[in-house]
Amino acid sequence: MFIFFTGKVPLLSQDVVIKNGTVLTVTKGTWPETDIWIEAGKIKALGQGLKVPENIKVIDATGKYVMPGIIDAHSHIALDVVNEMASPVTAEVSVGDALNPFDISIYRALAGGVTASHAMHGSANAIGGQCETIKHRYGTHNPDELRMVGAPRTIKFALGENPIRVHGEGKKIVPNTRMGVEQVFRESFNEARVYMRQWDDYRQKKTAVPPSYNLRLETLADILKGEIIIHCHSYRADEILMLMNVLRDFGVNKVCFQHVNEGFKIAPELAEFGATASVFADWWAYKFEVYYSTAYNAAILTRNGVVTSINSDSGDYIRHLYHQAGKSQRYGDLTDDEALALITINPAIQLGIEKRVGSIEVGKDADIAIFSGHPLSIYTIPQMTLVDGIVRFDKDSDEDDMRIDVDLQEEYSQYVEQQNNDHESEGCLYGVTEWLLQTDYAQFMRFKFMKNHQH
Amino acid sequence: MNSLKYIVFVIIFSGLVTSVMAQQVKKAKAGTFILKSGTVHTITKGSFSGDVIIREGLIVEVGQELPIPEEAIVVECSGKHIYPGFIDGGTKLGLNEIDAVSVTNDYRENGSFNPHMKALSAINPNAVAIPVTRVNGVTTVFSKPEGSMFPGTGALIDLFGYSPDYMSTGSEGLIMRFPSSGKRGRWDRRSDEDIRKDFDKALKAVNEAIESAMQYSRMDSLAESQGELWVRNNAPLDALLPVVRGEAPLFIEVNKKEDIVGALQWSKKYQITPVLMGVAEGWRVVDSLVKYNVPVITGPVIALPGRNHDRYDVAYKNAGIMAHAGVKVALRTDDGANTRNLPFHAGFAVAYGMSMEDALKSVTINSAEIFGVADKYGSIEKGKVANIFVTNGDPFETKTKIERLFIRGWDIPLESRQTLLYDEFLERNPR
Repeated sequence: MFIFFTGKVPLLSQDVVIKNGTVLTVTKGTWPETDIWIEAGKIKALGQGLKVPENIKVIDATGKYVMPGIIDAHSHIALDVVNEMASPVTAEVSVGDALNPFDISIYRALAGGVTASHAMHGSANAIGGQCETIKHRYGTHNPDELRMVGAPRTIKFALGENPIRVHGEGKKIVPNTRMGVEQVFRESFNEARVYMRQWDDYRQKKTAVPPSYNLRLETLADILKGEIIIHCHSYRADEILMLMNVLRDFGVNKVCFQHVNEGFKIAPELAEFGATASVFADWWAYKFEVYYSTAYNAAILTRNGVVTSINSDSGDYIRHLYHQAGKSQRYGDLTDDEALALITINPAIQLGIEKRVGSIEVGKDADIAIFSGHPLSIYTIPQMTLVDGIVRFDKDSDEDDMRIDVDLQEEYSQYVEQQNNDHESEGCLYGVTEWLLQTDYAQFMRFKFMKNHQH
Repeated sequence: MNSLKYIVFVIIFSGLVTSVMAQQVKKAKAGTFILKSGTVHTITKGSFSGDVIIREGLIVEVGQELPIPEEAIVVECSGKHIYPGFIDGGTKLGLNEIDAVSVTNDYRENGSFNPHMKALSAINPNAVAIPVTRVNGVTTVFSKPEGSMFPGTGALIDLFGYSPDYMSTGSEGLIMRFPSSGKRGRWDRRSDEDIRKDFDKALKAVNEAIESAMQYSRMDSLAESQGELWVRNNAPLDALLPVVRGEAPLFIEVNKKEDIVGALQWSKKYQITPVLMGVAEGWRVVDSLVKYNVPVITGPVIALPGRNHDRYDVAYKNAGIMAHAGVKVALRTDDGANTRNLPFHAGFAVAYGMSMEDALKSVTINSAEIFGVADKYGSIEKGKVANIFVTNGDPFETKTKIERLFIRGWDIPLESRQTLLYDEFLERNPR
């Protein structure tokens, strides 16, 4: 038995004017006491004392701050499953097939002013699955309505410890080292080149029989053609340089490095390549490859000309990305606009959706977040969040229980305590830790560990 | 000519030394300091514009227009704010280095009856996260073991020093994890009945442990009063003695609504003085907390709700709700490497309803009182340990900068590996 709850979320687009707020456009400066006129889900006009139709819905933003809806370039919310870890290369799968519109995390993200996120495949594989850029249209029961139709295709790559642990240590196959990770890419791209050539030959009638259709190779071929943006889980400077070398050799240039904790060490190389970086504000030391991190990462990257965003990779952090962005002012003195760009226009650029979202400009989608105070202040409170002009979160009409799919058996879970403190378990390696513990490998490792330590 | 060579040599050599030492934080300086004309936030005696004099590790004067001692280094603080060092009521700092590398972690011993495991013995004074934490104004933390039932004894330490003994504030706390009647995680597929059975079994084990300690205490007392030969020879039970004799509180980790009430009743039954830790659902049973007059160390504040049907902001509000009801609240991050975020947790608590005054107390004097060191810590008062930081603004505000830091009266450089990496890589050379 299910109880469907839709709260006070209106499901139809409505014309609306947000009146008299301090508007942080991010790209065009800060406008005091400004109105935003929204029509059919788009920003129609922006200015002081706008003349709007009489019957239009009015949101009074007097004394409040209005900013573009926050965008998270790295998240795993709204997904039923994150890792397809059967192989080091799984380009054929897509998390878009596992969207879950009932996930309460979507609502919680809205309650933090976040209107869009990049629902990513996990980092178990060197070449993981395709990701989905979603809009937080919480209230819908239809997974398809979460998709941001028209957003460029993206795919997850992963370097370092995660693919090594899962495949090298876990299954005794390549990659078991960062050397192996490189060769997985080279081999895969070479295979895709051969596949493309086979199709070209067939199309040019050089061969009579077509090659067999292969979705994995199709996807890899699309990467080589520049039709898919790579979002690569990465930490160490050396492995990031490695991937840029590989991509150069194969003529690929659309890449956003994710996490990229050591990006600060190679900021000039990233800038020269045209790679972008999506980082944590201050997460570090949860594994060896993030031991040499600095919270000044975002500032160093920004100052070196790398388009940088701050992401959450977490159902908790996604709710306060505005605070995470603020840390770039303590650690590196970014200006207000630079700090806000880390969670708006910059992630939009990284996802290829900057023409539609990421700033408050006429013609853009009406994805907007209203805050009680300046969003970079610790004391600010998100008040209202609109997606395509529809109010999806309103603090003043926030019910006790905003779930759509209600589990009547639900109990307090210690799991949340772990989640609050254990970053990797809930992010990129979602599902993997459990798997590792269930395998014979885990028992073998425990045995080995005990044996080693008896001597 | 020779002397010129010598000078050149010295310059080159000192340059070499500086570059070799670049990965180390600069040394702290001792001395007498007068913090002049700042806004002094004493916490216990209001805020005013004035001076603070630090000598031999202690705050020796607090007042207005104090005469400058002859030997004192003057720290001009006009326009600045002076706060007592913040105290984090629960962390793994010093006990863990890299989460995923098990050999670098010393906070979880095997077994579940480990009251005698002492955090202080395993604190690494050179943990990289220690300077990272203190440059954000967190000068003192309760580092605690984790695990089931009795994971060990935590230690309240100052974040400066070269040995655990030096860092120790002298305060330790025995920790118990109250049995949880909640699910262990999303993969926990135990039936309700199994969960209850496991809970009962765990509670029985805890009761047996406490009853053994009480029995042991009686034997110990009897032997002493009779002048009989009696050698304390049971380390776990020895560690429990102060708790069962009411000489020290028991720090009980408990989060779920029903378990919080259960822990309070349980403490009463065994006449144990509890301090509750975690208390994520304290807001649901705030009346019980008031009734039992129990102090709590709660946090993290910036956290998810414990139940999916809860409002998104219950964790933000929890500390404020308890404080407003009159509960003595201290905050903790329950973190390791990011203990530096304690001021932000306090800031979120304020944003979501805690008064500024309560929030400041929750990271200073309240923690000091709970750990029994309020005579030395938690406020800017004459005679207290000189743990002090100077800011250019509100200490909870994200962009505020900490400009000076004193721990035990040492002038601590505002450096950590993270700032050194910034200095080295902001403008890389060669590019």
